[in-house]
Amino acid sequence: MSVAERITPEVMLAFYRRLYPFKSIFSWLNQEHTPTRLFTHREFAFTLAGDVYLRYNSFNSADELKKQVCNLNPTRFEIGPVYSARPKDKKVVRPAAFSPKLRELVFDIDMTDYDSIRTCCSEADICKRCWTFISAAVHVLDKGIREQFGYVHLLWVYSGRRGIHLWISDREAMELTDEQRKALVGWMTVIQGGKEMHKKVNVRQGNRPLPPSLGSSLKLLGQVFSDLILGDQDCFSSKEGWESLLALLPQAAAEALDKLCIETRAETSEERWEVLRKIRRTHASPALEAAVEDIILQYTYPRLDAEVSKHRNHLLKAPFCVHPKTGRVCVPVDPATVDQFDPEKVPTVLQLLDELNDVSSMVTGDNGAHHSDWEQTSLKPYVEMLDKHVLAIMNDVRKMKRGVSDYSW
Amino acid sequence: MYTNKEKARPRPAKAASGSGLVQTHSHLKYPHQLNFYDQPPVEDITLEEFETCALSRLRVLGEIESSFARNRSWDELVQITNKQCENHGLKLNASTAISQDLDGERRRDHVGHFVLRLAFCRSEELRRRFVKAEMTLFRVRYESMTDIDEKNQFLQSLELGWEAVTEKELAEYHEHLVAAATSKEVLELTKQKKERYYKVRWTRVPDLIEKRRVFLNAGMAWVPHREIASIIYQEFQTRLDKALQMTAKALPRLDEDTRIIPILDNLSQGFLAGVSSEWGNASSSGNGSEVTADMVDDIARKHYPACMRNLHDCLRRDRHLKHFGRLQYGLFLKACVLGLSIEEALLFWRKSFSNMQDDKFNKEYRYNIRHSYGLEGKRANYAAKSCQQILLSDQPGSSDNHGCPYRHFAPENLQSALLSMYSSQGLTSGDLPEIMHTVKNGHYHVACTRVFEITHSKQVSKGEGIGGGESVTHPNQYVTKSREMEARMQVKDEDVVMG
Ligand SMILES: [Zn+2]
Repeated sequence: MSVAERITPEVMLAFYRRLYPFKSIFSWLNQEHTPTRLFTHREFAFTLAGDVYLRYNSFNSADELKKQVCNLNPTRFEIGPVYSARPKDKKVVRPAAFSPKLRELVFDIDMTDYDSIRTCCSEADICKRCWTFISAAVHVLDKGIREQFGYVHLLWVYSGRRGIHLWISDREAMELTDEQRKALVGWMTVIQGGKEMHKKVNVRQGNRPLPPSLGSSLKLLGQVFSDLILGDQDCFSSKEGWESLLALLPQAAAEALDKLCIETRAETSEERWEVLRKIRRTHASPALEAAVEDIILQYTYPRLDAEVSKHRNHLLKAPFCVHPKTGRVCVPVDPATVDQFDPEKVPTVLQLLDELNDVSSMVTGDNGAHHSDWEQTSLKPYVEMLDKHVLAIMNDVRKMKRGVSDYSW
Repeated sequence: MYTNKEKARPRPAKAASGSGLVQTHSHLKYPHQLNFYDQPPVEDITLEEFETCALSRLRVLGEIESSFARNRSWDELVQITNKQCENHGLKLNASTAISQDLDGERRRDHVGHFVLRLAFCRSEELRRRFVKAEMTLFRVRYESMTDIDEKNQFLQSLELGWEAVTEKELAEYHEHLVAAATSKEVLELTKQKKERYYKVRWTRVPDLIEKRRVFLNAGMAWVPHREIASIIYQEFQTRLDKALQMTAKALPRLDEDTRIIPILDNLSQGFLAGVSSEWGNASSSGNGSEVTADMVDDIARKHYPACMRNLHDCLRRDRHLKHFGRLQYGLFLKACVLGLSIEEALLFWRKSFSNMQDDKFNKEYRYNIRHSYGLEGKRANYAAKSCQQILLSDQPGSSDNHGCPYRHFAPENLQSALLSMYSSQGLTSGDLPEIMHTVKNGHYHVACTRVFEITHSKQVSKGEGIGGGESVTHPNQYVTKSREMEARMQVKDEDVVMG
């Protein structure tokens, strides 16, 4: 039986009842202990078996949310914006009185956007090797957003299969208009143009130096490029990969490089890049140096799904949901140790329930309250990671509340 | 407070001229050439002023909107907007222009803006379009301002709360600022450490952020002095957007004043239909020649907009038109431009309904036609319908032929209709994608204007509309312009022959 087939409704129900950290999720969204509009006016959307999709649900408390989740037993659920009225009242309020107001700033990075580069897997698959693309993206985005935009409450969450989400809960980030979100995404976006476009990096004026924000990303990505693109993925040894690279260089340099590689029988990416180093001396020009930098960016810079980030009313899968195909839980990821993160080692719902059964068979007796059962499983460090993150947000909100009045509109 | 207008007027120029005195602005009620519209007008406004100020402004904003829809370049837009402002009494002079009635023109600008706020605050769509058009108008005016001192005084009055970057910070981030400079001018000045920088929260300059045009550190955008305009436009937009939302909430109270509501409705409807100017009953500027019933076919073929061409063709094909079709076409024929007299009109319709008995025609239609000429019933002289009316009133049913083809035809039908109507005048299927794109976005009058340009390519080039950048707002205006152009061409041809 496949993993997907083993994740029955009963398995999911047990997971929601005994393991899903509703309290932590509530505190994270609500940013305070007692329910505020940040939670009560927040949209939740449920995906039920058979692709039934229920939108505009809202709840007064963590318990209410848990109760409904256990009732509906969705395959997953998503979190939307905080509206000007309770989403469940959408039908009874004037349309003008119902609009999205606040929302975490979110990012989605998906491995499929790297299919044209990676050589180890394709489409839905992901392995430890191609995760390196994701971890490079995490480093660049995490650093960029903290240093350039000054946000501090960043939560990275594994998407359960082949990507990662970022949720930013700083107050200013929550309040961004769609226009401002679009601007921020524009600032962060470097890779542009579809399949038919060879050169996907166009961020400088002529051969001027890179803008400072990208200059610092480039420093970080140079190492990733040589380890991952030249070494592990060996992107330029195939005919196709080699031609894509040549297309990105000034014509004279490309021709000289191709010729010299044939003469010296340079075949691996590392060998060929070594030849390029020589060409950069013999054909030295600002245009060639700019092209080399742009190549490094094109192969390693984060590829963002911009639409997810641009609109407040975009829904994004809640952390700790279970991916229906892999059974893996969408756990938080610490950016400091993202390089060591192995998607294949993320606990699955089946494994967690097994761990619980082991515990309850050892500790026979009173099993009445299950609300912190996750503490008995390998989910524990992940929930604790979220709780620590929430604590920092709550501290900030408390400090701010002493200064100014609460959210009002 | 001044209650008497005379007191507020600037002194006659004589006193200042030659004396070398610098004119101060302190005596003006409106000390600045430009207005951020933070304060509503406080003095009494007559109903007439209310309407005329708003209509003038609406025309200017409407032309700005259609400039966007027609993808005009910024320079063209500036030129057209300035011209429209001049035509409609919305040109704002510098405070040094002491011979002008500065307070008067600034007051008209102020009042017009606030009346339109009332009209356009009432839906999200209207607000969005109004803010965009107003911001563009502001930008055009700001860019055209030449007096640096006056500009700076205006900026100071806004209290935008930006913070100057200190010498120490400039030195620390010098490399970054050089790398971030996007224009040659800023780059050179920054290299020579001569450019001043201001720090603002990045959320206030999203357009600079989106295009990566500034240095960004810890959420603060470092904006070079030369890019400050961008902050101002953003601030204008943000403040106006907020103010409109507040106005929308306050508006139900205004509903009590029943004299104002119809005016507001009319204003916002015109804007929504994409029609800015009431072309309606302008007097005939035709070439003097009488139009007779048997000339109509020829004129229809050469000069009609699609709506009338469609009605005419249907009438010829079916030898009949339903009520609203007759009304729309009849008033069009009657109106000043074609100037079909009542006798010719009766003759035209009588011939058109050729399979109808005289009896029936006389009984059922003669009255209607005479009525539309104001010779029966209330004896009202009905005006020909404008594009706005055609677009918005009396929506055609499934068997009706009236309405605006750009709006009321299915896309496939519209394309084949346009080809059959206009291919003899130069429209090809290659022109259709652009036209259909405009139609899809709801800019029906733009599509119609584009067809005019294509079918009059000898007389106007792309972007010139029906001449001078004007857009189609009335079927009669379309025909007049088309016939005028033909007449001019003929004169030119004759010149050539004679020379
Ligand atoms: Zn892989």
